[in-house]
Amino acid sequence: MDYGHSERPAGATPLPTAIKILVAGGFGVGKTTMVGAVSETRPLRTEEVLTESGVGIDDLSGVESKTTTTVAMDFGRITISDDLVLYLFGTPGQDRFWFVWDELALGAIGAVVLADTRRLADCFPSIDYFEGRGTPFVVAVNCFEGARHYRLDEVQAALNLDPGVPVLLCDARQRESSKEVLITLMEHAMKTRDARRRAD
Amino acid sequence: MTVQGESAEHQWVDDHAGPVVRPYAVTRGRARPVTGTFDLISLVTATRADVTPEVGLGPEHLAIVGLCQRIQSVAEIAAHLDLPVGTIRVLLGDLVARSLVQVREPRTTAGLPDNSVFEAVINGLRAL
Repeated sequence: MDYGHSERPAGATPLPTAIKILVAGGFGVGKTTMVGAVSETRPLRTEEVLTESGVGIDDLSGVESKTTTTVAMDFGRITISDDLVLYLFGTPGQDRFWFVWDELALGAIGAVVLADTRRLADCFPSIDYFEGRGTPFVVAVNCFEGARHYRLDEVQAALNLDPGVPVLLCDARQRESSKEVLITLMEHAMKTRDARRRAD
Repeated sequence: MTVQGESAEHQWVDDHAGPVVRPYAVTRGRARPVTGTFDLISLVTATRADVTPEVGLGPEHLAIVGLCQRIQSVAEIAAHLDLPVGTIRVLLGDLVARSLVQVREPRTTAGLPDNSVFEAVINGLRAL
């Protein structure tokens, strides 16, 4: 078999670097909406199939025939330049999929925690997770219609956040607003990194 | 569910059995790739413009080579082929072992020498 004619010159196009940002928060808070608002493609969905043994505390009673669980993650892509590609991953909402989070969070530059003031407690697990891992994050309050508007310092106090953690309002449907959230996160992640370097 | 009149050997395949070809079958029963780890955002590109079918390569392998004529992440390959990420990792391992694709592992924040990547992302986002 001869492939010679179709072989590409080696090293002609160096592969770009990929980095990722996570978008976390409770069910229905607008994670996929935000990913879609800034992604250059419609959000894609990828699935991990987990076997029964991999789902530690899953309650399979009543569904004895089901031996696998599927965890879906929505994600989008922003090509920053020829040598830099940014991926945005919406995290699976259920707490029992923490081990999927571990894979996602590995190497992530930072995270956006989306919050809904009508169900603020839904974002507590995400905040605890990123605080525990030391992943830089910002809290973006998605302004749903009909939701009472709180001042940002009220949200900050209610979430018991470190004073350095940025909290901002956003509309996850709007590209400009979601861009602003990501820029705030990148600036915060850069500051966090500089501070850690100085501390070393 | 028991359907009367069907032979016993068909009774275990009911509506709950799911797709006839399981992801596991695509990898011929293998759960781990022969080589590599493949992060979700590892970038993959084909090293050849096309590949003729050969022993050991299934249609899914060929589909990956076709898809990776443009650079794709592992997550994108899984989404486009509608297969679980674990299955894609096994198939990519086969392709790497045959030098049919090239893979670039992602950068971690700790591995960045300076703030240039952060600044590039911020400027890139502003320019969107």
